[in-house]
Amino acid sequence: MNQTLLLEMKQITKRFPGILANDRINFTLHPGEIHMLLGENGSGKSTLMNILSGIYKPDGGEIFIKGRKTIFKSPRDSIKARIGMVHQHFKLIDTFSAAENIVLGTHKNFKLNKNDIEKKVYDLAKENGLEVSPRAKLWQLSVGEKQRVEILKLLYRGAEILVLDEPTAVLTPGESRDLFSNLKKMAREDRGIIVITHKLHEVIEAADRVTVLRSGKSMATLEQKDFSQEYFARLMVGRKDIFSFSENITLEPPGEKILELNNVQALNENGRLSLKDISFNIRKGEIFGVAGIAGNGQRELAETITGLRKCTSGNIHLKGENITNMSPSEINAKDVGHVPEDRVGTGLVPGLDIINNIMLKGYKNSFSRGIFLNYKKAFSKTGEILNEFDIKLGDPSGPVSLLSGGNLQRLLLAREMSSNPALLVAVYPIRGLDVGAIESVHRLLLEQRSNGTAILLISEDLEEILKLSDRIGVLYEGTINGILEKQNADLEKIALLMTRVKNTGEINS
Amino acid sequence: MTNYSNKIPITIEKKLTPSPLTSILVPLFSIILSLLFGSIFFIITGNDPVEIYSVMFSGVFGSAYGIIETIVKSIPLLLAGLGLSIAFRMQLFNIGGEGQIYMGAAAATWIALNLAGQPAWLLLPLMMLAGGVAGGIWALIPAIPRAYLGVNEIITTLMLNYVAIYWIDYLVHGPWKDPDGYNFPITSTFSNTAHLPVIGDTRIHAGIIIGIILAVILHFFIQQTKFGYEIRIIGQSQNAARYAGMNIVRKIIIVMVLSGAVCGLTGMVEVSGIVHRLQSGFSPGYGYTAIIVAWLGRLNPLAIIITAVLFGGLQVGGYAVQMQNIPVSMVMMLQGSLLFFVLGGEILTRYRITLKNRSSQGDGIS
Repeated sequence: MNQTLLLEMKQITKRFPGILANDRINFTLHPGEIHMLLGENGSGKSTLMNILSGIYKPDGGEIFIKGRKTIFKSPRDSIKARIGMVHQHFKLIDTFSAAENIVLGTHKNFKLNKNDIEKKVYDLAKENGLEVSPRAKLWQLSVGEKQRVEILKLLYRGAEILVLDEPTAVLTPGESRDLFSNLKKMAREDRGIIVITHKLHEVIEAADRVTVLRSGKSMATLEQKDFSQEYFARLMVGRKDIFSFSENITLEPPGEKILELNNVQALNENGRLSLKDISFNIRKGEIFGVAGIAGNGQRELAETITGLRKCTSGNIHLKGENITNMSPSEINAKDVGHVPEDRVGTGLVPGLDIINNIMLKGYKNSFSRGIFLNYKKAFSKTGEILNEFDIKLGDPSGPVSLLSGGNLQRLLLAREMSSNPALLVAVYPIRGLDVGAIESVHRLLLEQRSNGTAILLISEDLEEILKLSDRIGVLYEGTINGILEKQNADLEKIALLMTRVKNTGEINS
Repeated sequence: MTNYSNKIPITIEKKLTPSPLTSILVPLFSIILSLLFGSIFFIITGNDPVEIYSVMFSGVFGSAYGIIETIVKSIPLLLAGLGLSIAFRMQLFNIGGEGQIYMGAAAATWIALNLAGQPAWLLLPLMMLAGGVAGGIWALIPAIPRAYLGVNEIITTLMLNYVAIYWIDYLVHGPWKDPDGYNFPITSTFSNTAHLPVIGDTRIHAGIIIGIILAVILHFFIQQTKFGYEIRIIGQSQNAARYAGMNIVRKIIIVMVLSGAVCGLTGMVEVSGIVHRLQSGFSPGYGYTAIIVAWLGRLNPLAIIITAVLFGGLQVGGYAVQMQNIPVSMVMMLQGSLLFFVLGGEILTRYRITLKNRSSQGDGIS
C-alpha cells in the first residue's frame, strides 16, 4: 500500500436499476493536489463522489484512507474520515451569520461564545485566503461568498479531503478565477481537493491531475503535462461511428424561416444572464439541434421562446411576426408546440386522467363551449390522438402518473403535434427512455419534420442530435458557440464547442 | 416513491389504484380507532367512554330535537366548508374562514338594521350580497400579498380572524349596541323580513337549501367549467399551469375572494337564520371546524355535505355530553382525533408501505 496516498478508491462499482453507474473505477488523491473529475452529465462523477461521502454504498470495490481500508456505512463515517463535500446546492441557513453557519453542529457546549467563534472563523478564513465577514448574515452574502462559507465549514471540521461538485456552475467568471486561486492555496501537504467538472478550461487552468469518466467508466487519468483540450473532449464523448444522416431523411429544399431569434438575452432565477446574444433561425421542415452540456442555457432558451421566461433584450419572430415577450397562452395559440424538460409536472399533470391532460393546451379554445369545458370533443380527440400515434394505454380514466415513461412522452408529443404546429420546441425528448421508446419518439419527430414543422431539438445526447438535426447549434455558457451544418458536423467538433469558450473560425458557419 | 430515511428500512410507495373496498373500510376503521383513542382520555379523566358515547349518540339520534339541531349546526359547517374547499383545491390555505364569517355577518347586519322593515324579497338578497362582498374583501386583503409577493396566506388569514372578531366585538359593545338590550353585547333583533324562512316550525332554515344548491353548483363548476379546470391544474402543478398559459396570480386573487365570499355568506346565513341579530361570539369557531369538514370531505363538494352533517352531530353530541358535566373540550379533542385518524388512514388507501432491504436502495444517477 502506498502510504503517501491520501485517498485510494479501487475498482469501485455501483449499479442502479438498468444502469451501471460506476464500472470498476480507480481513483487516487495525493496530499497537496487538485484532482479533477471530468465527464458529461450522467458519466458517473456524482455517483462516485456520493460513494466517497457515504451517501451510496458501492456494490464492489474498496476505499482506502491514508492506506487504511475504510467502509462507510453512512455520511457520518465519511465525515469522521475527514472527507467534506460542497454540494451544488448549498446547505446553509439564511438567517444565521457566516460564523454561526460554520460552527453549526460542532459545539458540545450549550452556550455559544459569539466573539470566540467569530475570532476562530476569522482566523481560519484569513489563513486560507477565503475572505468572508464572520458576522454577516448569510442572506446578505453573494453566491461566491456563500460558497466560501461552505468550504470554511468543512475546513473548520478539519476536512482533509475536500470534494467540490461543479463549484463554478453558480459563479461568475471572476468568482470562478478567485475560487481556483484559493483552491490552489488550500491544497497543502495534509490536504487534497477533488473537483467535479465538465469544463475543459477549468481542468487546464487549475488541475494537477484529471480523471476522465465516460458512461460509468474511467477513460484515463492524466498528469498536467499531458493535458490537451482535444484529447479531453475525445475521451469525454468517445469516438463512436455515427451512421449517416440521410438514412431516413429526404432533404427537401429549405422552406421559409419559421422561427428567428436576434440577439436574445434572458436571465436565470438568480438574476444572472443565462442567454447572451443568441441568434439563429429555423426554417420550415427543418430540425435545428441544440447541443450542449445541461445547465448552459437550454432550459432558458426553450422557456424564452415559448413565453415562459422574459426576454430582456433582442427579439423573437415567428413566421415574421414579433412574438417577443408575448404571454405563453398567446404563443400557444400561434401554433407552437412545446415538449418541456419536465414531462410530468409541467408537460403533463400527474394526478389527472388522460382526457384532462389532453385538454391542457386547448382547454381555452378547442375544448370549450363558452365558459364550459367540452368533454365530448376532448374525448373524441383523445381517441383520435391515441389511434393516430398508436399509443396503447390501459385505463384512460386513471391518472397519467401510472403510465410508463415512454407512453408519457408519446402522449405529450402526440398532444403537442396533433395540431400540426408551425414550431415544435422539444427539450430532452428521450431522457430516461428505453431503446424502443427512443425509436418511436425519433420517428415521430421526423414525421413532424416532413409535415413542415420547424423543430427546435434540445438534447444532451450527441448521437440523437447528429442523427436528427439538419443544423446544429452548440450552447456554451449561454451563448451559441458555433453553428454546424450537418455535412461538416462530427462528435469531436461538437464536443469541443460544448466545452470551451473560444470557437475557431473554420467551423463557424 | 419517497424514501424518507436512510436509517429506517421502510419505503412508502404510491399505490397504483386504491381498491374500492379499502376506500370504504379504511375511513370506517379510522373512525372506530379515533373513538377508541378518545376513550383512553375519557378513562384517564375518570369518565366512562361507553356512557359518553351513548349519551352523545342518543343526544343526536335519540330525539327529533337532536336530529334537527344536528342539521342546524351542519349548515354553517357546510357553507364554510364549501367556501374553504375552493381555496384548498388550489393549495391556498385559507384559515381565515372564521374572520370572513364575522365580516359577512356584520355587513348583512348593517343592511338588516338600516333597511329594517323592507320586504324580504329585497332585504334577504341584499344581505346575502353584502355578506358575500364583505367576506370576499376580507379574503382579498391577504390574497394580494400572497399573489404578488408570495406572503404566506396561512398566517395572514389567521391573523385577520382576530381583527374581524374584535371588530365585531367593538360594534356590538359600542355603536351597534341595542339600546334596549340591557347592556348585552348584541344588536337589536332583525325585523321579521330579515329572517331566513324556516322549514315548518323547526329551527332548520333556508340555509340548508342554499348549502346544497351551492355544493351542486360548486361540483359542476369545478368539473365542467374552464375556470374550474384551471383551479384543478394550478392546485396540482403550478408549473403545468404556467406552461399551459394560465394566469396564476389573477387566479389566486379570484379564488381567495370567492372562498371568502362563501364564508361571508355563511355569516349572513347564521345571523339571518339562527341568531337574528349580531352578537359577540355568535360563531363557536365554525370557520375552523369547517377546515376539518373540507379536508375530511377530500375537498369534494358533495362529500362535504356528509362531513358537515357528521360534524354537526358531533357538535350536538358535545352539548348533550356537557349536560352530563363532562367538559366540552373532550368533544373537541374527539374532533381533532377524528381528523387525525381519518387523514392518517388515507395514507393506507393511497400508499403502500413496504419494508425494504437497504442495500438495494438507490435513486438513479445524480
